[in-house]
Amino acid sequence: MKHFSKLVRPYLVWMVLIVVLPLLLIVLYSLTTGGNELVNISFTLDNFKKIGEPVYFDVLKKSFTLGIASVLICLVCGYTLAYIISRQNEGIQDLLILFVTIPMWINTLLRTYAWISILSDNGLVNKLLVLLGFAPANLMYTDIAVLLGLVSDMLPFMVIPIHTSIRKIDPSLIEASHDLGADNIQTFIKVIFKMSIPGVINGVMMTFLLSISTFVIPKLLGGGQYMLIGNLIETQFISVGNWNFGSATSIILTLIIIIGMSLMRKFDREKED
Amino acid sequence: MARHPFFKGKGIKLEKAFIELKGLTKTFGAQQVLKGIDLSIHRNEFLTLLGPSGCGKTTTLRMIAGFEEPTSGEILFDGIDISKVPAYKREVNTVFQRYALFPFLNVYDNVAFGLKIKKMDQSMIRHKVLHMIELVGLAGFEDRAVTSLSGGQQQRVAIARALVNEPKVLLLDEPLGALDAKLRKGMQTELKKIQKEVGITFIFVTHDQEEALTMSDTVVVMNEGVIQQVGTPEDIYNEPENRFVASFIGESNIIEAVMKKDLLVSFDGFDFECVDKGFKDNENVEVVIRPEDIDIVKQKHAKLVGVVKSITFMGVHHEIVVETSERDYLVHTTDYFEPGLEVGLSFEPDDIHVMYRMDWV
Repeated sequence: MKHFSKLVRPYLVWMVLIVVLPLLLIVLYSLTTGGNELVNISFTLDNFKKIGEPVYFDVLKKSFTLGIASVLICLVCGYTLAYIISRQNEGIQDLLILFVTIPMWINTLLRTYAWISILSDNGLVNKLLVLLGFAPANLMYTDIAVLLGLVSDMLPFMVIPIHTSIRKIDPSLIEASHDLGADNIQTFIKVIFKMSIPGVINGVMMTFLLSISTFVIPKLLGGGQYMLIGNLIETQFISVGNWNFGSATSIILTLIIIIGMSLMRKFDREKED
Repeated sequence: MARHPFFKGKGIKLEKAFIELKGLTKTFGAQQVLKGIDLSIHRNEFLTLLGPSGCGKTTTLRMIAGFEEPTSGEILFDGIDISKVPAYKREVNTVFQRYALFPFLNVYDNVAFGLKIKKMDQSMIRHKVLHMIELVGLAGFEDRAVTSLSGGQQQRVAIARALVNEPKVLLLDEPLGALDAKLRKGMQTELKKIQKEVGITFIFVTHDQEEALTMSDTVVVMNEGVIQQVGTPEDIYNEPENRFVASFIGESNIIEAVMKKDLLVSFDGFDFECVDKGFKDNENVEVVIRPEDIDIVKQKHAKLVGVVKSITFMGVHHEIVVETSERDYLVHTTDYFEPGLEVGLSFEPDDIHVMYRMDWV
């Protein structure tokens, strides 16, 4: 194994060049003013204070609400789906999991455009509503559209870890539970759910990460006015050109994610003890 | 002492059966694993299902527990068919092969699981659980994580978790299989003690013939989905009904023979007196002679003569192979005989056990 460790060196160089260095640059940007003018560089915390301004703070709040909402919907739908899949026999389980992952093979942008053609004013849903004699509904550029997009995008990341953890449960544990007098519902609550908690935690962590940092879905399905933290960072870098504030926002997002993940980990470990 | 192969052994008690299996069959896909099991189990009986792997013993147990539904046949509990009753409603509890303890619960909560499901009063649960943990010798381990326990300790938790529900029957699926030899011995005695103490029926599944003989009141020998013999351990050992039982229970010399008439059997060119009767005259039979029942004597004192082919020291005894003109005989004795020595083989009439001949083994 020892001489193989040399093989990791190109990767290390690569990581330093495209991950560590840019990260350090972002930290530098976030703590300075004056954009790219390295000559009269000056350090400040103003970029971080700016996020406290109501207009930006609202973006933060909205991102969180939407992120948590989509994670919760994913959890309910994903758990149900994972559980139903785990009740099938082995071959069918593999096939169903393949179906769950198929959308991931298609580019997010394309998938999101597909939602537009379904939800738009002349889209599938509205055509169906009119056909059935109802008034067409305004679906695009609403919270519902963004939520739908987010949930459908992230569902596989919830289903797969939960399914894996349910599948790993020793069938004799479920038999033992029945043997001790627990019916199907009691067995689910007292054994199956408890045993699947590690999968739930992994799923929640992954989907929360994805939902909080996304910008394509809210941009396309929520319209230009719809601003989440991901969109805020994007506009600061691309449209506004305030790299310093954009960097500060990125760092705040990263910190939030790190804190969230370590809280989850801690919760997970306490469960095990 | 000949009996019909499906005769229920003399271990049977005359009181009414507690559990009755009637014509139980089970088919998995194209494979029939149980081919019609009829069995009566009594109150307070320690009954062992014994057989090689794949003989259907575990399937039988799982059907009594309610984890498998029989393809056909009935499981009567006090005369009532329970074969369609779900496992969680049956008054039986199981000790699983790999214990199946809940890894997220500590010892106390594992044992309390069943009582909590029954919504029993908290202080009552506490009393019963602590009593049971003490009975299995784990007092002081209540708060330990089950994953931190040794195999033997996990075994005890599994037994306590099942017994605390005061089942009418305890089912044990090869519960000692994962323990080392010394621990096994200890647990065998202990299980027997616990069974006496709680006074309920134990149905025990094992492939270990020694374990079956030491622990059971009744042994049921199974092979290929069919019951081969039911009887007390002494019955099974001393009066095997066929070649399968004789060869599965310990080592033995199994010899094709002809039953000349009652009390006279002929093999290897000689007639021998025996204690078996009830066969047809000149019926083809098989004879089993246990290695420890054969004495090595001077040639002039025996009908069968041969040469010591090999001798192996086995600890308590020597295992000697004596080559005669017809076959090799296995003899267990504490004496030492030089290989190449010419010897005679002698046995008493009641050392010869006559069995029906089976063609399919």
